[in-house]
Amino acid sequence: MPDVLDGDRDPSAIGRIDPRVRIVAAVAFAVAVVSCRDPAALGLGLAAAGGLMLLARLPVLATLRQMIAMDLFVVFILVMLPFTMPGDPLFEVAGLPASRQGLTRAVEIALKANAVVLALLALVGSMSSVTLGHALYRLRVPENLVHLLLFTVRYIDVLHREYQRLRTAMTTRGFQPATTLHTLRSFGYLVGMMLVRALERSERILAAMTCRGFAGQFPLFDEFRLGGRDWLFGAGILGVCTLVVTVEAL
Amino acid sequence: MHIVDGALSAPVVVGGAIVAAAGIGLGLKRLSMEKIPAAGVLSATFFVASLIHVPIGPSSVHLIMNGLAGLVLGWAAFPALFVGLLLQAVFFGFGGLLVLGVNTVNIALPAVIVHYACRRGVASGSPNRAALWGAVGGGVAIALTTGLVALSLALTGDEFLPAAQLVFFAHVPVMAVEAVLSGAAVLLARRVKPELFDALFPEVGHA
Repeated sequence: MPDVLDGDRDPSAIGRIDPRVRIVAAVAFAVAVVSCRDPAALGLGLAAAGGLMLLARLPVLATLRQMIAMDLFVVFILVMLPFTMPGDPLFEVAGLPASRQGLTRAVEIALKANAVVLALLALVGSMSSVTLGHALYRLRVPENLVHLLLFTVRYIDVLHREYQRLRTAMTTRGFQPATTLHTLRSFGYLVGMMLVRALERSERILAAMTCRGFAGQFPLFDEFRLGGRDWLFGAGILGVCTLVVTVEAL
Repeated sequence: MHIVDGALSAPVVVGGAIVAAAGIGLGLKRLSMEKIPAAGVLSATFFVASLIHVPIGPSSVHLIMNGLAGLVLGWAAFPALFVGLLLQAVFFGFGGLLVLGVNTVNIALPAVIVHYACRRGVASGSPNRAALWGAVGGGVAIALTTGLVALSLALTGDEFLPAAQLVFFAHVPVMAVEAVLSGAAVLLARRVKPELFDALFPEVGHA
């Protein structure tokens, strides 16, 4: 799983754009899409996000699956909306009237959520997490938040492997998850053990850093320079946002 | 519990972002560079823990463990859980971008509340007593998170009210699961490495 978290892919059209521009573009696009209500504007937004996905050369099926996947409770809320929002009855399920307004609202939320997520995956998800950290730093995100992000990213993979080792050890001893108190206690001990090991690991990390002369500052090397292509791309995204908002206003 | 973009009203989204920024700021103030490795590794642990699926009957739930995160991280739970949510949104497409603030508050605020309410019970007394406090913290954190999610929806519009109530009640089993799990985790940590609960803020004596 966590190999998603690192490695810049081979430079696609979007991969060559300055990471800072991509982050700002994703936020601007999200604001534009979320501020709209008209299905045509939202459809246009989703199509634009799809175009970005192709430009980023993301694997199409896997990315669409990530886009559509929502928490069960969100799906649940969307399904309930037609029945809980008052308005003109459209159809009935088991005697419960569904309103047109509720259905429109649910469709609207689904379009917005998917457009934003798809654009985010294409613009920001296509860069490595280290690049993301450095770009955020250049966008004036506080330094220790950036280092917290970089440390977290660095150790997710390590700890995920440790988690799998512990799970293998449990399986070898005959552990099978079920709806029992024993399962919950075992998982609790597992989490507790991971925390204990994590803390001990962080002590070793700090010792190794101190040993190499760490004096409270981490260097952040990446320098970014804005070129003509970056400005052009930024202007393009801004154009798309304007178009979406214009369709909404019509 | 990731709310998606487009569901909440603008005031709720902006309000959430402001509260989240304040919480993250408070957490970062307590994180000197020397504490970043510990906070980062622990934050990664909670990220990995959220991938664990616990069976409940025919279905399964994934862990949140924000109560435990609050007990271990205190205010640093805000930046740590924010980083987790950011990574999940950007690389896995969970949740959304503009709702990151609301989602951070919904998960991290209960963590901080549990920290203040239960940390003394967890850090002192016998390991069994500590486990009991850990269980209370784990359960209360999920209850508060579900409550805050329901509140974010209810503030947006009345049409969400029935769904918000149902979501809350549907999470009662999850509260029980997280309570037992957190209790067991605290029990083990207290026996093996009691420093875990004041690793980041040894000097602070909370009420």
